[in-house]
Amino acid sequence: MKDFKAQANKKSAPGKQGGLNAEIQSRIGHQLRAMYDDVVRQGVPDRFAELIKRLDDPKPDSGEPAPKTDGRD
Amino acid sequence: MPLTDSLRDDILAAVPSLRAFAISLSGNGDRADDLVQETLLRALANIDSFQPGSNLPAWLFTILRNLFRSDYRKRRREVEDADGNYAKTLKTQPGQHAHLEFEEFRAALEKLPQDQREALILVGASGFSYEDAAAICGCAVGTIKSRVNRARSKLSALLYVDGADDFGPDNTVRAVIGSNG
Repeated sequence: MKDFKAQANKKSAPGKQGGLNAEIQSRIGHQLRAMYDDVVRQGVPDRFAELIKRLDDPKPDSGEPAPKTDGRD
Repeated sequence: MPLTDSLRDDILAAVPSLRAFAISLSGNGDRADDLVQETLLRALANIDSFQPGSNLPAWLFTILRNLFRSDYRKRRREVEDADGNYAKTLKTQPGQHAHLEFEEFRAALEKLPQDQREALILVGASGFSYEDAAAICGCAVGTIKSRVNRARSKLSALLYVDGADDFGPDNTVRAVIGSNG
């Protein structure tokens, strides 16, 4: 079953105000993604990495040496 | 399903976009990180209800979105932090002109009704299909499409139509042009 994505794109492309509208829409899309991606690029703050690790391992004091780093940076 | 190593890695990998979604929704970095933290705790506590092979990011976004909405209802009457602290969350400080444009954009985004804002972010920035966005928001695909369209027209009206005169020729220029004709 085909979805309607292609149709939706077709519908939004030729705007009522022609080229101007399309240009504005592309600018809005660009700004939206720039704002969003700026945060995405910050990666995973330690706070969350530790939270998930802690919950994953029920025994925080397992006698294991320091966790190995996997070269994530 | 149980919390396997690979599932844990996948959850971790979704954190950057969860933060971006939370910040775009709330316009506030501290509040956004609290939302992400609560989302992760809920997800891990309810990991058994996650269907293996289904869309993990969509599942996590749904949790965050629902938390934000219940939180929003609670805080509705509280005074919003007008300035927000969004800019502080940015690693790279944009140049002054870009910064101004960015602030204008953020302010315009915050003027959108919440339904429209979340639909626009999910489809236009997070990259979800209309179908996934509809599932996340618990509404019909057609509803998402119309919310995204309305969000786009409202943003363009706020940013580029109403403000058009501000960037046009000023009075001096108009006078010069006028004197030639």
